[in-house]
Amino acid sequence: MIKKEEVEKIAKLARIDLQQKEISKMETEMSTILDYFDRLSEIDVSNVEPFHFSFLDGNTSREDLILIKKEEVKKSFPKKEGDYLKVKEVF
Amino acid sequence: MEDFTISELYRKLRDKDISALEVAKKYIDRIKEEDNNIGAFLSFDEERAISSAKLADKEISEGKGSLLTGIPFALKDNILVEDLKNTCASKILKDYIAPYDATCFKKLKEKGAVLLGKTNLDEFAMGASTENSAFSITKNPKDKERVPGGSSGGSAAAVSSNMCVFALGSDTGGSIRQPASFCSVVGLKPTYGAVSRYGLTAFASSLDQIGPLSKNVEDAKIVFNVIKGKDINDSTSVDYKKREEKKNLKIGLPKEYFADGLDKEVERLISKEIEKIKKLGFEIKEISLPNTKYVIPVYYLTSSPEASSNLSRFDGIKYGLSIQGEKTNNLFDVYSKTREEGFGDEVKRRIILGTYALSSGYYDAYYLKAQKVRTLIARDFDNAFKDVDIIISPVSPFSAFKIGEKKDDPLSMYLCDILTAPVSLAGLPALSLPLKVNDLPVGLQIIGRHFEEENIFKFAKILEENE
Repeated sequence: MIKKEEVEKIAKLARIDLQQKEISKMETEMSTILDYFDRLSEIDVSNVEPFHFSFLDGNTSREDLILIKKEEVKKSFPKKEGDYLKVKEVF
Repeated sequence: MEDFTISELYRKLRDKDISALEVAKKYIDRIKEEDNNIGAFLSFDEERAISSAKLADKEISEGKGSLLTGIPFALKDNILVEDLKNTCASKILKDYIAPYDATCFKKLKEKGAVLLGKTNLDEFAMGASTENSAFSITKNPKDKERVPGGSSGGSAAAVSSNMCVFALGSDTGGSIRQPASFCSVVGLKPTYGAVSRYGLTAFASSLDQIGPLSKNVEDAKIVFNVIKGKDINDSTSVDYKKREEKKNLKIGLPKEYFADGLDKEVERLISKEIEKIKKLGFEIKEISLPNTKYVIPVYYLTSSPEASSNLSRFDGIKYGLSIQGEKTNNLFDVYSKTREEGFGDEVKRRIILGTYALSSGYYDAYYLKAQKVRTLIARDFDNAFKDVDIIISPVSPFSAFKIGEKKDDPLSMYLCDILTAPVSLAGLPALSLPLKVNDLPVGLQIIGRHFEEENIFKFAKILEENE
């Protein structure tokens, strides 16, 4: 089960301005899904390590190169001023 | 129009029976004529196809052609091509133009393959029917009242209705194999790390893999061999070292995959195929994958948190849709109204589920727990592969369902992944092989050990030849 207030809180954390209708729909759907997922609680994994791919052990690094030209990236900016990305005020 | 495979078309091009330009024009005409009925493509680029085909003809005439030179193909619309739209079937990326080429596309281009266009998908590859596309419905070419499967439904439908010779899709929990099965084409999800994801819009990074959808096993193998390999721009890609081919393949049948819930007709066709495999002289052994009942929660509690992180980049700031009207007073409003407007229902659902599973107080119970059970699911396969070389099962518990049938029932849509998601969680390679049917298509899933795609191809070819 998940409560309406929780859905509202999560939506805020996820930065989605869910409408009231969506919130109650989400509450019902999420509860059905989480009820089904509850079967995980029956299994004891206290001695099990979280999954990782054994063949991907170790870090990989590469030279820090410019792969995409600045002009290309700027083309996608919704709002810009010169070389700067323009955004709304933070507060 | 003839239903060419790569090898057939390669011979015709090499022997100058047909030019790459003629081939490209045939497929362009075919798309114009047929795609109104199917809806496989989100965009197609005639001019680009023509100029690549001319280039291919030049290469062939100079004797520099490869197996793929002049072969027309399609890409799922979440794989980037410089200067082409990459919408991910989402309103948030409706007008987004990709600034660079995905590595897999670059490799195909270098081999002279001719891109026709980009195919429909469930928004951000989240779904099992392609109904979650923000733009259009794709119909199953084998029965137009039914879904093509998903999320690579457009790619599967395009290959199935002969609008391209092969296509690339992406598979996170079954998104290549299940549509391949529904549309009666071959689909391969390679081993995790085998193919570079550079230029694939990320959904769930510990699961996503790019792979081919094709008309036969040989074509899937040809394309896979071109796109595989380590890429400096994807740190999870690895040097692909071919494992030694096994002489006498032992086949495993997981008893949990044949439990209740399997459609009767699917069960009948798979049993018939098993009998055939026995007659061909293969040893078949029953195996057990005891943690199968945890697969769906583990898959959704892994992929949704990863999706919620990956999709945080779609915020109305750097690219894509940006809601900055009167009602947006500050940066927070831009984020939350852009995301409200730009994402569809299923994507929102996954982001909410994923954020919830990662949030303070729930992380241990959901995300961490899922990662631990994922270890057990992978271990089940490791144990099974001590006794057998190949595991077979249906790809999907049922064949293609009707358009709209599951649309309003998210959980039942999630359960579509029950036989494909465990393979993804363990990072294993698997191929969907179409069986001979009179009615709706059914695919056999052929699963191999990590990096043993070769054994899968070998076994699948034997079955294909004896179909």
